[in-house]
Amino acid sequence: MTVDLPSTNTDLWKPNRVLNRRIETSVKVLFGAFAFVSVATTIGIVFTLIFETFEFFLDDFFREKLAEQVGRPIEGLWGDIQTFLYSLRHFLTDTKWTPLFSSAQFGIFVLISATVMTSGIAVLVALPLGLLSAICLSEYATLRTRSILKPILEILAGVPTVVYGYFALLFVTPLLQNFIPVQGFNALSAGIVLGIMITPMVASLSEDAIFAVPRSLRDGAYALGATKRETIISVVLPAALSGIVSSLILAISRAIGETMIVTLAAGQNPRLGFNPTVPVMTMTAFIVQVSLGDTPAGSLAYKTIYAVGMTLFLITLVLNIFSFWFVRRFREKYE
Amino acid sequence: MTTRDPQTLEQNVSPNPDNFSANLDKRYTIDIIFAIAVWTAVVIAIIVLASLLIDVAIDGLPTLDWGFLSNFPSRKPEQAGMKSAIFGSIWMMVTVAVVAFPLGVGAGIFLEEFAADTWFAKLIEININNLAGVPSIIYGLLGLMVFVRLLEPITGGRSLLSGALTESLLILPIIIVATREALRAVPDSLRQAGFALGATRWQVVREQVFPIAIPGILTGMILALSRAIGETAPLITIGALTFISFLPENLQSPFTVMPIQIYNWVSRPQTEFHDIAASGIIVLMVMLLVMNACAIFLRNKFQRRF
Repeated sequence: MTVDLPSTNTDLWKPNRVLNRRIETSVKVLFGAFAFVSVATTIGIVFTLIFETFEFFLDDFFREKLAEQVGRPIEGLWGDIQTFLYSLRHFLTDTKWTPLFSSAQFGIFVLISATVMTSGIAVLVALPLGLLSAICLSEYATLRTRSILKPILEILAGVPTVVYGYFALLFVTPLLQNFIPVQGFNALSAGIVLGIMITPMVASLSEDAIFAVPRSLRDGAYALGATKRETIISVVLPAALSGIVSSLILAISRAIGETMIVTLAAGQNPRLGFNPTVPVMTMTAFIVQVSLGDTPAGSLAYKTIYAVGMTLFLITLVLNIFSFWFVRRFREKYE
Repeated sequence: MTTRDPQTLEQNVSPNPDNFSANLDKRYTIDIIFAIAVWTAVVIAIIVLASLLIDVAIDGLPTLDWGFLSNFPSRKPEQAGMKSAIFGSIWMMVTVAVVAFPLGVGAGIFLEEFAADTWFAKLIEININNLAGVPSIIYGLLGLMVFVRLLEPITGGRSLLSGALTESLLILPIIIVATREALRAVPDSLRQAGFALGATRWQVVREQVFPIAIPGILTGMILALSRAIGETAPLITIGALTFISFLPENLQSPFTVMPIQIYNWVSRPQTEFHDIAASGIIVLMVMLLVMNACAIFLRNKFQRRF
C-alpha cells in the first residue's frame, strides 16, 4: 500500500537566495557604516581641535603683535612659522589669562593650575574614600550589605553634575565657611565635590580589581598567620594594583574634564597659583564662559576655546594612554 | 654543589626568640582601626548622598508646585517655571533616542554578529575605550564645529537637532557596549540552529538573537538616555539658550533643557532663584529615577537565563 503524498507544489517553496544575499550585504554595509560613526567621531574631534588650534596660533592678533615687535610685516610661510612659535611661546609662558581684554594675554598655565588644583583636591578625597569603600564592599561587607551599598554608590554615580554644582556652591561652601575663611567661590569646595563625584568610579572599578584577586592568595596569607588587614594591605591590594591605579587615572581624567561643578563653585577668575580658598577659573569653566557669551565664529575668543579644548584633550589623552600602559605593564594574571 | 641538610641548617641558625614576637594584641587593634576606617568611608558616602538629597528637598519642595511645572522662565522667581526646559528635555530625549538607537544597536550588531574578531572590530573597540575618556565638553566643541557651523543648512545652527546629534555621539559608545553585551549573552546554539535551517546571518539575528537581546539593549539604552538628559556642558558649548519662553516647534528651534535651566538659576546671585533651582533639581532627579526604575524593571522582568 502506498501512501498518497501530498502533491508538492514547488512554487510554494521559493527560497529567494539572491534577494536574501542582497539584503545580507546591504545590512552588513549599513551597520558597518554605523560602527564607523564612532571612529568618525574620534577623527572629527581630533581634526576639529587641530584645525581651530592652528587658526588660533596663527591669528592676526599674534601676527600684528609680532610685527610690531620686530618692526616689519610678517608674511609668507616663514612668517606663519614665526607667528606660530611666537604665539605658542606666549601660550605656554604668559602668567596672565585675559583673552577678553584689549591687551589680551593667553597664559594657559593659569587655567591649568586651577584644573590641577581642583582635580588634586578631588583625588585627595576620592582616593581614600573610594579605595576604602571598595575594600569594604569586597572584603568586609556581607553579600546582603553589599547588595544594599552598591546601588547607593550607583546613585551617587548617576547624579547629574549640575546637581553636584548646586551642592558644592550652596551646601559645601557655606559649610566650609563655618570652619575656614573661604570665599563664596573657591577651589576647595569644588574640589571636594569633584572628589565625591568620582568616588563611585574609583570604588566600583577598584572593587572589580580587588574582587578578581583569587581566594587562594588570601588563604595563603592567612596560612602564614597574617591578620585580615595585613592580608588586604600586603597581599590583596598589591595584586590588584594595576586595576586600582587605572581606575584612579580614569577618575582623574574625568575630574579634569568635568565642567559644571567647577564652573558653578570655583568661580570665573583666572588666577595663577594654588590657593584653594579663592575663586579660580579652570579650563572647562573658561570654555563655558565663552560659550555663554555671544561669540561670533571666527573671532579670537572663539578660536581660544578650541586651543583650550585641545590642551584639555591632550592632558586626558596622556592620562588614558598612561593608564593603558600601566595596566598592561603591571597586570597580574590569575587562573 | 651540595645540597644543605635542613638539619644542619637548623643548627646553624640560633633562633632569637626576641626577633619573633607575634604581638597579636597590637596587630588586632590595628585591624579593628582599619575595619572602622573602611566602614567610615562607606558611611561618609551614604551621609553625603543623604545630605545632598535632603538639602535639595528642603530648598526645593516649598516652591515646587503646578505653576512651577507649567510656567515659562521669568525674571521674577515666584513666577518662574521650567515648562520650556521640561519640553526641551523631552524633545531632546526623543530625538537622541531616534538617532542613537539605530546607530548604536546597528553598530553593536555589526561588531558582535558580522565582524567579531576582525581588525575592524578591534579598531572600534580600542576607539570606544578612548572615546570613553574624552571629556563631554570636547564633544560640545565637536558639535559646535560640525553640526552648528558646517551643517547649519540642515540643523539650523544652534538648534535642538544640533544638540541632539552631539548628545547622540556622546552616548553612542554606551549603547554599543550594552548591545554587544546583550548579544553576547545569547547562546550560540540558537544561532547554529538558525543556520542549520538555512537562515542567513541577518535572518538569524533578526528573528532569533535580537528579540532575545532586546531587554538588555533597552536597559542600556535607557541608562544612556538618562546620562544624556543630565548632561549640561556640551549643550552649553553648542549654544543652548538659558532663557527661553516658548516651546520648541521643530527640530531647528532654539532650545533649553532642564540641566541648563538649573545651571542658569544656580548661577544667579538671588537666593530665591537658588530655591527654584532646587525645585528644578527635584524634577530632574525624579525623571532620572523613573527612567532608572524602568531600566531595572525591564532587566528583571525580561531577563532570560540560558
